[in-house]
Order: sequence, then C-alpha cells, then structure tokens
Amino acid sequence: MRFSTLLKNPAEWMRTPGPESDIVITSRVRLARNLTGHPFPGWARKEDRLTVMEEIRHPLESIAEMKDSFSEEMTKLSAIQKQVLVERHLISREHAAKGIGCGTVMNRKQTISVMINEEDHLRMQAIRPGLQLLAAYRSLDQIDSNLEADLPYAFDHQYGYLTACPTNLGTGMRSSAMLHLPGLVLSEQINQTIQGANKIGLAVRGLYGEGTEALANLFQISNQNTLGTDEQEIIEHLNRVITQLIENEKNARMKILEDRPTMMQDQIGRAYAVLKHAHIITSKEALNYLSMIRLGCDLRFVPEEERETINILLTEIQPAHLQISAKRNLTPEERDILRADIIRTSLNRLTPPDFSTILNDREIEDDE
Amino acid sequence: MKCDLCQTEKATVFFSQVADGKLQKVNLCKKCADEKGVTDPTGYALADMLEGMGEQSQTEVATLDTEEHSCPSCGFTQSDFKKTGRFGCADCYHIFDEGLDGLLEAMHKHTQHVGKTPASFPDLPDLPDLPDLQGLQDIQDNSESDSTPAPAEATEHSPLNKLSELKKALFTSVEDEDYEEAARLRDAISQLESQIGDS
Repeated sequence: MRFSTLLKNPAEWMRTPGPESDIVITSRVRLARNLTGHPFPGWARKEDRLTVMEEIRHPLESIAEMKDSFSEEMTKLSAIQKQVLVERHLISREHAAKGIGCGTVMNRKQTISVMINEEDHLRMQAIRPGLQLLAAYRSLDQIDSNLEADLPYAFDHQYGYLTACPTNLGTGMRSSAMLHLPGLVLSEQINQTIQGANKIGLAVRGLYGEGTEALANLFQISNQNTLGTDEQEIIEHLNRVITQLIENEKNARMKILEDRPTMMQDQIGRAYAVLKHAHIITSKEALNYLSMIRLGCDLRFVPEEERETINILLTEIQPAHLQISAKRNLTPEERDILRADIIRTSLNRLTPPDFSTILNDREIEDDE
Repeated sequence: MKCDLCQTEKATVFFSQVADGKLQKVNLCKKCADEKGVTDPTGYALADMLEGMGEQSQTEVATLDTEEHSCPSCGFTQSDFKKTGRFGCADCYHIFDEGLDGLLEAMHKHTQHVGKTPASFPDLPDLPDLPDLQGLQDIQDNSESDSTPAPAEATEHSPLNKLSELKKALFTSVEDEDYEEAARLRDAISQLESQIGDS
C-alpha cells in the first residue's frame, strides 16, 4: 500500500463509532518486544538496527492481518509524511525523529501499526474506536503470538519481556484510552481527577502523550505498571476506572446544564460562531472550539451524526495534514488561514445548535 | 568507627562489594553515603567510589570510564544506565541485576512477571529441590561467596535463581577470559535448563 492510499482513507476509528464513543474517542493497546542477541535500538549501531529491521519486516508483513500493509523505512518518508503519521497516532513523536534502520508497518484499516526500532525493537499498537480495550488487546495478542513463532523474543521468567526501559518490563503492555472530558474541565474537577488517577497507578496525559498539553479537553489515561499484573487484569482495572470517569463526566455535564445552562449554551454557541466565521485560526483555538461542538453533539444540541465530521476535522486541521492537502510547505500563518477555510467549508453543512431542548425536554440519560 | 570518606562523622552505613575477585569494605556516615548515592536503588559501584576516593573529580570520571564493569554482550555500563535510564541489551538485565529489584519494586510495586509467556519458554514448575547435580552445588557455593550476600529469600534456592546465578557467573568468567570455567558453567547451565524444561 502506498502512502497516498493511506492518506485518502481516514482511519477506521474516525468513522465507525464504538461503545461509549460520546466520551471515549479511542482505545489503544501497545506491546513492547525485543529480540535476543541484538542491542536495544538506542544502544545499537546502524548495522545492528538494519539487521533487526530486516529480521522483523518479513514475518510481520506475512501475517494475514497485515496483508497489503503500508511498510516503509523511516528514511524514505518526508518530514511531513512522518508528522501525518504522528497526527493520526500511528507512530510516536520519538519515532518520527528516527532515521536509518527504523521502520513503520501498518495495516490498511490503520487499526494495527508497528514501529520497528523505536525505543524497543518492536512497538506494536492496536487502536479501536470507543471503549474496547480488551478487543484491541486480543487483536494485538494474536499478532504477537504469530510473531513469536518466527522471532526470538528476549524474555525472562522473572522480568517478563525484556525492554530497553525497565518501566516497561513484564507484560511490555501499555493500554490507554483517549477521553473527551469537557464537563470535568468546565466544572474544574479535572485536576482532582488526574491526581486521583495518579494515586492508583494510572497516568493522565495530553493529546500526543508524555509531556504534551491537553488540547480540546482530550486526555489519555493509561496504566503505569507493567510488571507483576497480567494483561487481562491491567485492562480490567483501567476499564473500571474509565467507566467511573464516564459516569463522573456525565454527572458534571448534567450539573452544569442544571446550574448554569446559559453558560453551556454560550460555550457551544460561541464555538459554532467562531468556527463558522473565522478566517485565521490556530490549531489550539480550533481544537478547543471543536471540542465544544462535540459536546453539543453529545448533549443533542447538534445532530449526533455530526460527530463524525468533528472527528475527521480534529485530525484534518493539524499542521502536517494541512500541508499534505495544500501539497506544499506552509508557514504557520498560511496554515492558520487554510485551517479556517477548511473548517468554514465543513461547518457550512452543519446544522446550527438548537438549544430548545434545554428548556423543555431533557433527554440526556443520567443516573439521578 | 569513623567514616572512611570525611574521617569526622561516625560511620553508620557499612557497604561491601566484590570487585576483581577481592572483597572491599567501606564504612560511611549517613551524609557521605547519601552524597555518594549508596542508597540509590538504581545501583552503585563501590569500586568506582574507592578508586575515586580522596582524588579530584576529574580523575574520578577518568577511572569510571576505564575500569567500570560493562556488559560483555553489548559494552553497556552502569553509568550509561544512570545517564539514560535504559539498558543496552537483554543481557544487561542479568549483568546489572544488583539493586534492580529495589528499582522495580519502586516502579511497579512488584518484581515478578505474571502474564503472557512466549510458547517457546515453558512455564517453570515449582521444584522444591532439584536432584543434586555433581559440580553444580560447588558452583552455587562459589558464586555465593563471590557475590554480595543478598537478603535471604524463600526463592533463593529455586531452580530459576540457580540458573540466573550460573548465568551471571558465566558472564564473569567470560569477561575474565577464564574459558575453562566458562565451559564448565555453560554445560551446567544447559543441564539445568533441560532439567527445568523436562519436568
């Protein structure tokens, strides 16, 4: 598969809704694996990395699930193409900076992506829409089991899968969900929530992982510990916490609707107005307003079908995607103009928010 | 007893380590121990400190580079780990496993993997006692007296531990270019491994 084909198709998770997809955008699981007899990528020489990449690519590409995959060495991708993969959460920012002896393989649906020679020889990821951590894990587990038949994994009975960084030892698994939590942000409960999650061994991060800012009220929650707990248990624990967070988020939204309905209308209406009429808009501003429109969808002020439009926009307006669609490099100022154009065109078809339900009939489900 | 480093405070931290086949002991006060990072769970090489003791920090760095214990498979050293927080290769986990459990305990609250195991690594059965292997016992005894005494644990004599002790001893002997000993250890390891695999 060529890069252009990959680009033309939005990832499957952007188009098909999953369970709880009003609040949970995606579920992701990644596994870290290494081969015996070769230094880890960060310590390896060029030749070592090239050998490992060759050793991994063939068995990986011949797995049925990876048939007709996109498979490329990092040196063959332009800076913008790499950035597109980052914006789609298919590779990490760290991997985008890699060169010789590093590669990326992903299936057509973009549900499975594999980084070769990132921090570990193999970093495999499965991504699913909505809350489907276990399903994501099962699909990845199968690929992992296929690979272990062909590749000599570095494994130890005490430490589990041996990884470059001891923080990934054991299962080598990081499971995470991307949550949209505008209710907790607007009601100023988000810091408490993050601290609470940290206390029970979970990490909460921004849109693009470690050290990134929380944009568009999106938060990634993931397990920190990988040693001493098995895969299923790690996922079940995370699932329980996420289910609770969904509940909290719904309650926060209901509470705002009850206590400050005008503020809620103002936030959503203002977002619609700006996005519909702006001619210059930064990524950050656009993402935060799109988050409010998405909230409008969840609360049925905006038709629910529009959620897909918003999901696609969230990706399409990011810097590298803009430059691919313009087919040239753009200065930040040019990007802000093109971004505003794309959003205006897209929202032209969007029904304006209708707040009549706020006064009459509240259809939103709630425990109370 | 006075602290070996500052020679003024009372020594309260007693540290011993085997380096180059010799047992070295250092007595430190709390302050010097903290400064030198003896209590640092990421591991600490006593030999480096001894060699740098009383000298300028420049020579200390120079000694570190030339004398430091390194992984025979990939050349990675303890100070590389301190710099990067990552290991060089899978074998490093056995070479630098001293102090690792403390680090893992702090990171994961556990030190023993549970969960998926590759099919090619058979699950280890719980063996209370292996049939006594001639030669193996000697090696075990040797390696025990050669290494820093670890806190006694129930698992100390499990076949797994024995195996990892043997592997450690193998790396050391290869490093010392003692190939006769290495060959003996290699055979003992494969014998033990097949035993574990069979049962």
